[in-house]
Amino acid sequence: MAREVAVLGVGMHPWGKWGRNFIEYGVKAARDALADAGLEWKDVQLVCGGETIRNGYPGYVAGAAFAQALGWTGARVASCYGACAAGAQAISVARAQILAGVCDVALVVGADSTPKGFFAPQAGDRPSDPDWLRFRLLGATNPVYFALYARRRIALYGATDRDFARVKVKNARHGLNNPNARYRKEVTEEEVLASPIVSNPLRLLDICATSDGGAALVLASQEFARRRTTAPVTIAAVSTVTPRYPSTVIEMPNFATDSAAVVAAPAIPFRDSITAAAYEEADVGPENVDVAEVYDLSSALELDWYENIGLCKPGGAERLLNDGVTTIGGRVPVNPSGGLACFGEAVPAQAIAQVCELVWQLRGEAAGRQVEGAKLGVTVNQGLFGHGSSVIVKR
Amino acid sequence: MSTVKSRVPAVEGWFEGDGDALRLLGSRCKSCASYFFPKESFSCRNPECQGSELETLPLSRTGTLWSFTDNCYKPPAPYVSPEPFAPYVIAAVELAAEKMVVLGQVVAGVEVGDLEVGMQMELVAATLFEDAEREYVVWKWKPAAF
Repeated sequence: MAREVAVLGVGMHPWGKWGRNFIEYGVKAARDALADAGLEWKDVQLVCGGETIRNGYPGYVAGAAFAQALGWTGARVASCYGACAAGAQAISVARAQILAGVCDVALVVGADSTPKGFFAPQAGDRPSDPDWLRFRLLGATNPVYFALYARRRIALYGATDRDFARVKVKNARHGLNNPNARYRKEVTEEEVLASPIVSNPLRLLDICATSDGGAALVLASQEFARRRTTAPVTIAAVSTVTPRYPSTVIEMPNFATDSAAVVAAPAIPFRDSITAAAYEEADVGPENVDVAEVYDLSSALELDWYENIGLCKPGGAERLLNDGVTTIGGRVPVNPSGGLACFGEAVPAQAIAQVCELVWQLRGEAAGRQVEGAKLGVTVNQGLFGHGSSVIVKR
Repeated sequence: MSTVKSRVPAVEGWFEGDGDALRLLGSRCKSCASYFFPKESFSCRNPECQGSELETLPLSRTGTLWSFTDNCYKPPAPYVSPEPFAPYVIAAVELAAEKMVVLGQVVAGVEVGDLEVGMQMELVAATLFEDAEREYVVWKWKPAAF
């Protein structure tokens, strides 16, 4: 059994399109997490920031940017990037330093301020950067990749656009009462199906927006936590695995998969391996999961995740959704926060926000969206360039 | 007065030939024979292989449609779009011999309704964008029966 770290505090800046500096969102989230933990900023020995690439130099040194804004205390610092999985990288570094005995109390913060519309590559001509080239040569936006997966689901399992719409309807309902969600409005299947197609078969309401937001965690050693509180929620595993060669599913920002001509594809595909590594580390399995936060970049992708995290066999996700299993009140609710459908994506904050939600759920503090009696939750997320991310939270 | 614009690749060294003779240029490791696209120049990416010598070779020009979608809205720069923007299709095609899936735009005139996963597809050269003097050419997929 892996050693655990305690989550003493969680905090968020609400998601939206606020148009302010990302540091402000991070500081608000950090102060809320510290207040939730009953600690002061000067108690923090390590700050781990999830980096943002859209906010100039302070974004690349996010940990230090947050530390400076909170007031230099001499705390150690780390800044981590893993695209959409940046937040999990920051959690992983904080956890490792706590478990190694380097520090007792760490603050993990991720925040982003995003432009309107499609995510685009960094400015400037960079003809050797695949993230630049995929836009230049193909016009392959992020929704293009999401749509390729969705079409594949239709071809393999007979999924329909109505199934995809029902994911959005469920998540919109889940997020209605979440004070940190950007979109808090019921959506009907008909509204989803009437929204314009962006990349066939995905419509505007199937695809997550880009958002501003911030999320923070205060993590501590079990010894430190025992002196402050009884039975805190703990992190039992953090998976940050990369693919195994050959990776045979096309991934952003690539033009091609690896070739399986010489070496056969691995028995466990990349997306399945992300949570499998977390389950193994925590010595649990999907049958132990009471609640999950999965990365619904598109409504269709949420269905893929049900299978990737072991909630059902490949091809079984539509049934799980349509039987209400993944709705609050069902056997294993997925995205009780409302997910990216209600939040939109604030890249370096997102994997941290997933953990915040599970902590509120496991404490019984998720007012208006509570999964009753939840004792173990799992997050899963993925960043381009091969970043897996999964965290297991338990009480 | 009309002038014929010169045709130049939109990216150097990723393909050779024009029209139906276009072939994507990949790499094959001289040690383990693994294929790569785009080309690798200094190290084989098979973790079981220590190879550092890779040869450039043309890849299969046909394959099976793995998945497809379209762009109904204009992608952001550095994509260079004709004005006015016209929606176009993007395909992911599995090359049979190389067992790798390669993305490409689909030739103009093909819509998502014309496609089905599992169809046979082939490569052609087609214009990606043009300026006053040149047409910039890229590989595109087209249904073999089209």
